[in-house]
Amino acid sequence: MRFSYYAGCSLHATAREFDLSTRALCSRLGIELAEIPDWSCCGATAAHSTSHLLGVALAVRNLALAEAQGRDDVLVPCAACYHRLVTAKKEMAENPRVREQVLKVVGHKFTGQVRVRSLLEVLAALDTEHLGSRVVRPLGDLRVACYYGCLLVKPPAVTGFDDPEHPQSMDRLVRITGAEPLDWDYKTECCGAALGVANEQVALKLVRDILEAALQAGADCLVCACPLCQSNLDARQSHVNRAYGTSLKLPVMYFTQLLGLAFGIGERELGLDTLFVDPRPALAYGSAKKA
Amino acid sequence: MLLNLSTAVRDSAAFVSYVESASGQRISDCYQCGKCTAGCPVSFAMDLMPHQVIRLLQLGFRDEPLNSKTIWLCATCATCTTRCPRNVDLARLMDTLRNVARQEGRTGAGKDVALFNEVFLESVRRYGRAHELGIGLRHNLRTGRLLKDNDLARTWFLRGRLQVRPSKVREVAEIERIFGEIARMEDGE
Repeated sequence: MRFSYYAGCSLHATAREFDLSTRALCSRLGIELAEIPDWSCCGATAAHSTSHLLGVALAVRNLALAEAQGRDDVLVPCAACYHRLVTAKKEMAENPRVREQVLKVVGHKFTGQVRVRSLLEVLAALDTEHLGSRVVRPLGDLRVACYYGCLLVKPPAVTGFDDPEHPQSMDRLVRITGAEPLDWDYKTECCGAALGVANEQVALKLVRDILEAALQAGADCLVCACPLCQSNLDARQSHVNRAYGTSLKLPVMYFTQLLGLAFGIGERELGLDTLFVDPRPALAYGSAKKA
Repeated sequence: MLLNLSTAVRDSAAFVSYVESASGQRISDCYQCGKCTAGCPVSFAMDLMPHQVIRLLQLGFRDEPLNSKTIWLCATCATCTTRCPRNVDLARLMDTLRNVARQEGRTGAGKDVALFNEVFLESVRRYGRAHELGIGLRHNLRTGRLLKDNDLARTWFLRGRLQVRPSKVREVAEIERIFGEIARMEDGE
């Protein structure tokens, strides 16, 4: 499989380990990734909150560059970038006035044929036995809370992937590693996203509720698929503890890191040593339980 | 003072029809079941509940939604959109209201969020990409909370996750053109 690859800004900075683990995993699975040449920011929340046209245009520039690359599909790990690209594509197909204005300012040829796919969607569509045959380090009975957040599955009219209230794709991938995906209530509850920066008190309440729900369900760790979710749940965990007097300590990883571990990829290659809450004790505990 | 009712009605009708066309949503479709509010993760901090925003629009109120904290607290999680039995895309409607509020300079109720959007887009306009460190520093500087998240930045830096120098696209003039032309289009509307 060959894809245009859109990593986006965060995956080149604070979410570097999402990029590292994505690349490591894809190379092992024979998925070829070619980063879109001269890619630019998708616009994120800031653009669509400021101007609808700007939000669509910034995303479309990247889709046009991907089309010029000659691949059929763009693979996007970041849930927020994915959502912007897929929303822009839909808007271009359905809104002729926006399409006309955006094409005028973007200045690249854009047919709309390129498909936008999230990394989770692509991996979840792979053959389970094929994936299972890659597992060299089963993760014991590690209990994992799969956290999808909002933007991969909502709204279904835009993403068209999995179930918006009870998604299962990540759970199925986690099960392949030998770990136990938990049934819990906060799979798609919002983490507050960029409010973590601009309105942290609000975001911290959401983060606390999600972490506590995962712990209550018996989670040893939580896995996610979005840099905003990861940084709110992991980095801001210390801020939750300060604000609420709690002593939460739940490792928060990307689902690609967990899969990579089970495939025998090294901790450093996966960026496991760069997280705030060190997941390694929980992972050792998970394997030890089985042994 | 005499209230010019016909002008008020005309203005509010024009406003509602603008919001409807810009968002692609039919505001009258909402039958006020309240599902959006029930599922909204941020409603606890809002001054207007999501369903009240729509109700006010249905009644032609303009200032209340545009001046509310609510539109700036909405995190665009789209839980409301997903669950609406009438297929009103409320998340999209919130976007339109933020767009209008910004154009009219009414960002007081959400000034930190509006400022975040502004410094984020300054970074994108200048480099073609979001430079997280620069955005954080500028936001701190302009909100006066100089030390906000400095503990996080320190750990990110020590673990090699902080991009110190911005990464820039080659065709940065293209990005500048996109920003410039859209601003001109929107000013001309």
